[in-house]
Amino acid sequence: MKQGKTQTLFTLFLSMFYISAFTFGGGFVIVTFMKRKFVDELHWLDEQEMLDMTALAQSAPGAIAVNASILVGWKVAGMPGMLCAVLGTILPPMLILSLVSVFYRLFAENRYIALVLKGMQSGVAAIILDVSISMGNSVLQKKNTVHLFIMAAAFAATFFFRINVIVIILCAALIGIFMALLDKSGPVPPLLRLKKDPNDREDRHESD
Amino acid sequence: MNLIELFLSFLQIGLFSIGGGYVAIPLIRYQTVILHGWLTESQFLDLATIAEMTPGPIAINGATFVGLQVAGIPGVICATLGCIFPSLILVSLLAWVYRKYRTLPLLQSILSSLRPAVVALIASAGLNMLLQVIFGSRAIHLSSVNWIGVALFIPAIFALRRFKWNPIFVMIACGLLSLLLGILGLA
Repeated sequence: MKQGKTQTLFTLFLSMFYISAFTFGGGFVIVTFMKRKFVDELHWLDEQEMLDMTALAQSAPGAIAVNASILVGWKVAGMPGMLCAVLGTILPPMLILSLVSVFYRLFAENRYIALVLKGMQSGVAAIILDVSISMGNSVLQKKNTVHLFIMAAAFAATFFFRINVIVIILCAALIGIFMALLDKSGPVPPLLRLKKDPNDREDRHESD
Repeated sequence: MNLIELFLSFLQIGLFSIGGGYVAIPLIRYQTVILHGWLTESQFLDLATIAEMTPGPIAINGATFVGLQVAGIPGVICATLGCIFPSLILVSLLAWVYRKYRTLPLLQSILSSLRPAVVALIASAGLNMLLQVIFGSRAIHLSSVNWIGVALFIPAIFALRRFKWNPIFVMIACGLLSLLLGILGLA
């Protein structure tokens, strides 16, 4: 058991280190890489959890990459997992930036480095769009009118009207609250009743 | 003394940069150029350029750059710790709330409404990046199409969707192909 736990922590650290060292661009880039690694490859999270964590990471203060690694780390291996994931996320930029700022002039004016970086942008665009197509498809397949509306409206708001991301997240959350209030499916108002979750024994203890 | 100031400055940057990099940049400028004078305007521009060209969140990059200038390696550590400290506390709290109350119908309804919005946000970030690659900006002009960028993007998306290639491999391959085409004088 102990061996397995150390192994998990090590994999978590290495995965975040590797992802963080190669993800240029904003927070959504690293989230797409994390989805490929932790959802598709290691199966530590499901796609819904990854999307929930992205929304939470985006809504909290601080860098999205750091926030997302905190959430994934806690989920996978508790406090030690969180620390390993954060360390893996912040070490590569610290090391790379320290090196680059020493050789800044050389780096900034080098034509070959510029060519590599420009080419990598094409790859990054392809990766983000690939993940969005997969996730968009899974929303489409559920055929939930409200969710389809939210997806279309959020896309128009951010892509065409450049509305602040926080405003978009808040509006989607408000729609969620409104839908919960409309939902009268249970015999008693269901808002505050915990569903049974076989994975989470602590919850049941406390609600007893 | 400088170390404590660095920690507190970047603590504020970490605490108030809600929503990612584009909010962090003006905060970093205010703390480092205007308030403390750790960087000149031109050094700050250097920082913004380097941060754009290297991996990692801009706030962490800024903490490393400024920490190194002001107090060497201990400066890097203090500034970076300050920067992630608010996240460590607040997001850990969120992680606990998520774990404990995820099955609450109200929270389930909120989260299931957030998911399609997040998908849209990620898709929009990807499309913006594609426009940036193809046209060099969001302005669409046929005269300014970067054909090399298009020629790299199409096989890249095909390799990812059809053959499920490793994304980091795809990214590095695009970078190296671009270098090769550049050396051959096509770019």
